[in-house]
Amino acid sequence: MSKLKVAILGSGNIGTDLLIKIQRSEYLECVLFIGRNLSSPGMAKAISLGVKVSDQSINAIVKDPDCCDLVFDATSAKDAQHHWTILKKLGKIVVDMTPAKVGGLCIPAVNLNDAIAQQNVNMVTCGGQASIPIAYLIGQTHPEVEYIEVVSSIASRSAGPATRLNLDEYIETTEEGVRLFSGAKRAKAILNLNPANPCIDMQTTIFAKVTNPNIEALTLAVEAMVKNINSYVPGYQLLVSPIYENGRIVVMVKAQGLGDYLPKYAGNLDIINCAAIAVAEEYAKKAADPAAMNFLAN
Amino acid sequence: MKQHILISDPTLRDGNHAVSHQLSAKQVAAYCEAANNAGVPIVEVGHGNGLGASSLQVGESLESDEVLLTTARKHLSKSKLGIHVIPGFATIQRDLRMAIEWGVDVIRVASHCTEADITQRHIGYSREKGKETYGVLMMTHMASPELLVEEAQKMELYGAEGIIIMDSAGAYLPSDVSGRITALVDGLAIPVGFHGHNNLGMGIANSIAAIEAGATMLDGTARGFGAGAGNAQLEVLIAVLEKMGYSTGVNLYKILDAADIAEREIMPTVPVIKSESVVSGLAGVFSGFSKHVNRISKEYNVDQRDVYFELGRRKVVAGQEDLIIEVVLDIVKRREK
Repeated sequence: MSKLKVAILGSGNIGTDLLIKIQRSEYLECVLFIGRNLSSPGMAKAISLGVKVSDQSINAIVKDPDCCDLVFDATSAKDAQHHWTILKKLGKIVVDMTPAKVGGLCIPAVNLNDAIAQQNVNMVTCGGQASIPIAYLIGQTHPEVEYIEVVSSIASRSAGPATRLNLDEYIETTEEGVRLFSGAKRAKAILNLNPANPCIDMQTTIFAKVTNPNIEALTLAVEAMVKNINSYVPGYQLLVSPIYENGRIVVMVKAQGLGDYLPKYAGNLDIINCAAIAVAEEYAKKAADPAAMNFLAN
Repeated sequence: MKQHILISDPTLRDGNHAVSHQLSAKQVAAYCEAANNAGVPIVEVGHGNGLGASSLQVGESLESDEVLLTTARKHLSKSKLGIHVIPGFATIQRDLRMAIEWGVDVIRVASHCTEADITQRHIGYSREKGKETYGVLMMTHMASPELLVEEAQKMELYGAEGIIIMDSAGAYLPSDVSGRITALVDGLAIPVGFHGHNNLGMGIANSIAAIEAGATMLDGTARGFGAGAGNAQLEVLIAVLEKMGYSTGVNLYKILDAADIAEREIMPTVPVIKSESVVSGLAGVFSGFSKHVNRISKEYNVDQRDVYFELGRRKVVAGQEDLIIEVVLDIVKRREK
């Protein structure tokens, strides 16, 4: 089958790492890598891979709308909202890497099929991709979840300027995702940056307050979930299996990256990118059946 | 003219660590009244990790931020009401906006000592709202003087009106403090302050080293009530500063009274430097970890001292309380092998 043509909008760390992952995909072909500055390191990487590049931002797609079917938006929440008004009219599928939240939130291990029924899919946050699958299972194995809290620690060097400036959006979007997928009445997200050298791997702890904790059922579900997530994020692992401590459920996971464009410790970036690729590949499989894509007819 | 030192008193914020964040509205009211009477310039109130930090990770507060801050507001007339704000815990929309509505005067935006750029938006917002705004660098023993200056300069650029460095682990000796404060005073156009902890018994000595090196702001708490071994003891600090000829505007008799009231009204036990706190200071671990390390080590029957040295080796920062469980379970696993 022919590959789905995709464009990457945003030539920062996320965009460039996506590009490298797409080179390995059986279902996706990157036809255009778009930024604003031809001399950025991401651009240099794309050029070295022989990928067509543009410094015309969203105009690159407006000028040549037939070049691609799907766009990864790896810019900023504000820009992504603007891009969507244009890409929607052009009939493009958008996989949104920013916290713009114009599309429904997607965690591939939980709602992949529902997500790809939409034209715009939002990838939540890196911490959300790590924590929400577990939060979801806490909701599945407990009839009543009063509160879930997710705490991620990431290496300082894996947090770029956009992440640092947008901590509040990170927190708000992650909390929204946790509530949505777990059904918890209240949720809280916390992010720590740790500058230790050698860099720490991304680590996430999920705490929950529930009535009648069922650690046995949760443990079985978590083990199956980790295997499922490993199909698209190989470096995702269980660090502390569910325990009940001091009146709270505690589960810890760790995400190690593939070390594509960014070092292995940047598991936070890897996990959201792997999730986005999984979504785009699912669209590609679906695109092989044109009838299934009629939501794009407009 | 006597050099003036600006005193900020986080008894009702750092002290909340010592009681697992269980300070009540009644206790806040009692101490605020006493500190206000003594003429303490800034009284800082809140959860131990500051605004929006009540959590399973760090510990849930008995009282909400709203109750803590509105209660304090009612009982402070001369003293300004201050808060500690760590981006990553507190957001502008959910927390900071509300705190300003509840009437805070002084906003101290804090980050780990190498991560000042996460404070940009919170500092900017606080200035925009016309609040007295400081930048706070925590766990500063983990950065070199040169790096601290760079990070402090970022906060200055964002709009901070002064920079306070915290010895959050109580790890400094006086010469460490002198070196860092001297570098900061040279590198900044805004005032510099110091917040000392007492793990190695250096709370007061380090505070004095700081002002002798040019700092003009100091933090202290009644009886040293605070995280881990506790803080520089405020009433002692006021007495020592007076003896050395510095002015603080704080009334000595009344601050001694306030400390007595604090001991009676808000402290289940008066802080002492416990054996494990000495190790915590040596290992350079965040003082706020002590209650968690104590509880979890006992639950799993491991030696707290081993836990502190391992946490220190991993260079864990404030906010990473969840790692304590992992470290303890790791020690248990190794023991079973």
